[in-house]
Amino acid sequence: MMTVTAARQLRNGAVCFVGIGLPSAACNLARLTHAPDLLLIYESGTVGTRPVVLPLSIGDGELAETATCIVPLPEVFAHYLQRGRVDVGFLGAAQIDRFGNLNSTVIGDYSHPSVRLPGAGGAPEIATYAREVLVIMKQTPRSFVERLDFRTSCGYLGGGGERAASGCPGGGPKAVITDFGVLRPHPDTQELELAALYPGASLAAARAATGWALKVAADLESVPLPEPEVLAALRDLNARTERAHAAPIHITLPLAP
Amino acid sequence: MELLPLTEAIAAYVKDGQTVALEGFTHLIPFAAGHEIIRQERRKLHLVRMTPDLVYDQLIGMGCAERLTFSWGGNPGVGSLHRLRDAVERGWPQPLALTEFTHAEMAVAYQAGASGLTCALMPHHATTDLEAVPGAPVKMLRCPFSGAPLTAVPALIPDVTLLHAQQVDAAGNVLFRGIVGAAKEAAMAARCVLVTVEERVARLNADLNALVLPAAVISAVSIVPGGAYPSYAQGYYPRDNGFYLAWDQIARDRKTFTAWMERHVLGVRDHATLLRTLGVAA
Repeated sequence: MMTVTAARQLRNGAVCFVGIGLPSAACNLARLTHAPDLLLIYESGTVGTRPVVLPLSIGDGELAETATCIVPLPEVFAHYLQRGRVDVGFLGAAQIDRFGNLNSTVIGDYSHPSVRLPGAGGAPEIATYAREVLVIMKQTPRSFVERLDFRTSCGYLGGGGERAASGCPGGGPKAVITDFGVLRPHPDTQELELAALYPGASLAAARAATGWALKVAADLESVPLPEPEVLAALRDLNARTERAHAAPIHITLPLAP
Repeated sequence: MELLPLTEAIAAYVKDGQTVALEGFTHLIPFAAGHEIIRQERRKLHLVRMTPDLVYDQLIGMGCAERLTFSWGGNPGVGSLHRLRDAVERGWPQPLALTEFTHAEMAVAYQAGASGLTCALMPHHATTDLEAVPGAPVKMLRCPFSGAPLTAVPALIPDVTLLHAQQVDAAGNVLFRGIVGAAKEAAMAARCVLVTVEERVARLNADLNALVLPAAVISAVSIVPGGAYPSYAQGYYPRDNGFYLAWDQIARDRKTFTAWMERHVLGVRDHATLLRTLGVAA
């Protein structure tokens, strides 16, 4: 449901900076269904890639073989993101706050962390430069927090236009897709509000899974069930991927001299 | 450029206490070279790499490193690097100091090093806490022309950069095909470049704009087929995603990790033996 909901946010023709995991699944599902002209850029430098199976890592060979071009890593960030050529960026994180700011660096104090997370990677620049950002995260009280332990990447900073006033070029998080539904920023305060619930998900459970007092949009929507053809495309994609990843690796060594 | 067996190349060029970068973004990660550094028990290294990956988990867990400069330290698509976490969170087997960039910053830091600059410049936006952590490597300044805020990123200049590539030709030129990451920048920034390759050929299969490092910028080349495994070499073998998944369990526990390293890295003579032991080569 998260993958299908995320895929629906993508319009055909958009230039999309893709992260690994759910974002990659969502982008490719969109490309295989309603958005065939989505331009996918993975931070490994593969531009315009059309993978037949989903990659496990950000730089699987499948991404290179099906790419329009492969650019060196500094160019991905400088020429595409920093120059403002990316429409949509996807992010996940360990923690998010009510203004869509994200933590993927540490839990606890930076110098003495209780959990050292992988760190920034491309996230701060994606959050800063993409015209819009889509966040995909499971909603729990530990991840949807009143206060971040560390701000790795920006959402709307303190809200109320602070982000734009700081000169930050991108548009910020347009939607946060969770396992309960979709949160969107309030147009004025920019606080994330519950905008849509999945069929069967309860408002009370969504509130209980949020570490701040979650507001609900005036016109709370119900997310439509996935269309049968979209579900079929997703199942095909996942099945192809599982088969490909299960194939054993053989390396042929030259005979010893 | 000299053609050397990997054991001799590491012995000759990689010394205790050096700043050492093993690059390759998911693709062409020089695992065989990393393992040889572990076998030769290098210590107090300052390891540099954008995405530390499993090879740095192994170097850190085996006590080779005292500092890490990086921009994303996870097992791609899987989760944490448990040895990296253990070193940072609990100081095992020794404490690990961190210098932390974003990918974009680290890419330009290599570019600055490769260009003979002391620093690189990026637009500055006050959006991350990273610039405020103790010992943060970046500084803010103003553009002398427009007055726009800029981030200055100090140049990265490794003592040694180690890379894996597909081919070396008879003259010692080296070809990289596929995802190249910041390999070129890390090489051109370094004082010394070592490359392992899949094979030696008479003539490189290179398009006009292919990434070729000329022999003149390389100190030594070692022929190590499968040298990127469990990472991959485009056109030779794919990434062993199953191994990356399995590593999560191997590295989670200190004893399991140490036993694996003793059996598969310390306990084998070379990379070909490791590949045979793991059943990926006959």
